[in-house]
Amino acid sequence: MKKTGAEIMWECVVREGVEVVFGYPGGANMPIYDAMLSYPIHHVLVRHEQGGAHMADGYARASGRVGVAMATSGPGATNLITGIATAMMDSVPVVFITGQVAAHLIGGDAFQEVDVTGITLPITKHNYLITRADEIAEVVREAFYIARSGRPGPVLIDICKNAQVEQCEFVYPEEVKLAGYKPVAHAQKDLLDHAVKLIEKAQRPIILCGHGVLASKAEEILMNFAVKTQTPVASTLLGLGAFPASHDLSLGMMGMHGEVHTNMAIQNSDLILAFGMRFDDRVTGTLKTYAPRAKKIHIEIDPSEVHKNVAVDVPLVGDLKTILTDLVPMVDEYDHDEWLKEISDWKAEADTRDIMNWPDDGKLYVPHLISDIWKATGGGAIMTTDVGQHQMWTAQYYALDKPNRWLTSGGAGTMGFGLPSAIGAWFAHKDQEIWAIAGDGGFQMTAAELTTAVQEQANVKVAIMNNSFLGMVRQWQEFFFEKRYSAVNMLSPDFVKLAEAHGVPARRVTKREEVDEAIAWARSITGPTVIEFRVEQEDAVYPMVPAGAALDHMLQRPAKA
Amino acid sequence: MLYTFIALVENKPGVLNRVASLFRRRNFNIESLAVGRTEKPEISRMTVVVDCPNGDYDAHKIEANLYKLVNVIDVQDVTHQPSVTRDLALIKVMVGPEKRAEVNSLAEIFRARIVDVAADSVIVEITGTEDKIEGMIELLRPTGIVEMVRTGQVSMTRGVNDGVRRVQQGAVGNRYENEYEDMAEMAP
Repeated sequence: MKKTGAEIMWECVVREGVEVVFGYPGGANMPIYDAMLSYPIHHVLVRHEQGGAHMADGYARASGRVGVAMATSGPGATNLITGIATAMMDSVPVVFITGQVAAHLIGGDAFQEVDVTGITLPITKHNYLITRADEIAEVVREAFYIARSGRPGPVLIDICKNAQVEQCEFVYPEEVKLAGYKPVAHAQKDLLDHAVKLIEKAQRPIILCGHGVLASKAEEILMNFAVKTQTPVASTLLGLGAFPASHDLSLGMMGMHGEVHTNMAIQNSDLILAFGMRFDDRVTGTLKTYAPRAKKIHIEIDPSEVHKNVAVDVPLVGDLKTILTDLVPMVDEYDHDEWLKEISDWKAEADTRDIMNWPDDGKLYVPHLISDIWKATGGGAIMTTDVGQHQMWTAQYYALDKPNRWLTSGGAGTMGFGLPSAIGAWFAHKDQEIWAIAGDGGFQMTAAELTTAVQEQANVKVAIMNNSFLGMVRQWQEFFFEKRYSAVNMLSPDFVKLAEAHGVPARRVTKREEVDEAIAWARSITGPTVIEFRVEQEDAVYPMVPAGAALDHMLQRPAKA
Repeated sequence: MLYTFIALVENKPGVLNRVASLFRRRNFNIESLAVGRTEKPEISRMTVVVDCPNGDYDAHKIEANLYKLVNVIDVQDVTHQPSVTRDLALIKVMVGPEKRAEVNSLAEIFRARIVDVAADSVIVEITGTEDKIEGMIELLRPTGIVEMVRTGQVSMTRGVNDGVRRVQQGAVGNRYENEYEDMAEMAP
């Protein structure tokens, strides 16, 4: 049966199980929007394409499915770029569909023409330019497959307007045939044997749990492995939630703002088991002194990550869940009581510097607020953040026991991610509580999406941690630039009025005793709410490994006088 | 040092751009890149010569990153493999009739050919290894080279020997498995 290119696109998208797309129409994708009306798709009209990209990203992270964002050609597509790069850096499966000028106009600087496939080449897992309708079915099928398989990532499809309106025979490609793309599942047997020997010898092993554990849905087998071998589990920023924070073997977050005892454990370990993580500079500190006595086993789906930053002893390339499932029966049960005791001693010492263990001085500190939200929500909410101090504090103090509830821009560090990703997550889990923690800076980057939240009645709770500074930059200027504050004083609008102008109920909290009541108020409302917390202006995130320092050289919160 | 890779890629629009962009993005310096069709119309073959200051460590990185490209089917490193390597140059030399014989005899020594003769210039075509072509250029230079073009190196391994594949369709290992300890030493 003959169909238009736009219809074929939707036929294929619907077959991928897509129910919601986030987008913005324009000249070059109008046929797609017209055809959409005939398909069971809920379209979310965003206020800026970047917001749409983050929503699709948040939807994908929270649901484990492929997110879809759409934009028109030219500026519509370029507005997606930050969102595409964000998804790329964090390996999130999102398919971006952009309109493009008609094929015969390409290269002629037509109205709203931008070389989108050229621009997005380095920030997509793969991309396509479609000039004919008969290419669409195969490409859409491939795009979804590539986005969600192997190491997931964003795929962009740029569809010329003529291809959207042309008609051709629609045949759904049942199979995907890609000569150069075959993600592997199992690791080689001899390398597994070698890994088993290293595990057997280890006295001070540690698991570094990364985002790959979530991407591979390997949480359960990770638990089996950790318990069987009694190996403590440290997590990267994006790996949080993959291993329950309340478990005895959980060490919490590693890295620049990781826990002291966690970083100490890494530096003193004799075996690192890196599971689905990529030794980013934010988790290693300087590589010269990184885990100097540790043998390293790296389970990773992307061979280009193996040996990239840290040369490893045993590379196990493949799907983490598959490899761990192969590995668990091969290893014996061990106990590492002495090692665990050593780590807990470090922890006890570090805890004295934790602001949570200090007497309340009545001021509003973000760690306390995150902890209060954690208590009120029973630790079970989906948490999204922007980037900066509040992000690190949320990572530190919102202890997660369940996976896929922690949505933050890790690799790219994209400000403005919090609110839109929360809206996207809501479409994945309308029954769950969702909090977007934002800073005063980041919130203003995508605040326009408040209206999107109202239009969709998305039940997201926004908490703005307003310290009237770009807090993390201020902290660096305080620590490393002799407190010469440059461009970090931030004037903000009246967030309560701003929210109310969008039709969002809002409150301002300035005192410690108002906190619990405000959180309860927000939770009692169905639909978006905003709370602005006027927090301590010059607090700093501790512990901190200064850039370029060794991982165990951490700045800790100064002891209270 | 210079490494030579052979990559089989899908013969599709934009694939050359993807490969070139990858090298730029990952900060590798291409010395030469030659691409053309193969006996299978759907597959193109690239010979890429790349500067690898960290030796095998960089070579691994290049292979692994090439596989990240969906259109790349196979990558092998033929640097240390017995192989036939050729480059082709066309060199236009400023030479009048009186000195043509001199250029001609020089060309014969190098098994080069004069493929075009004009009133005051000739075009010399030479095929061979990098060294041989460089040698010819040096000798022609005093005569007066006005224009030169080279195709870049193409390589093919001898006999049934393939090059080294450190990464095969995603798997780090195979011939590489006994080398991982050395790898730890090589990381910068």
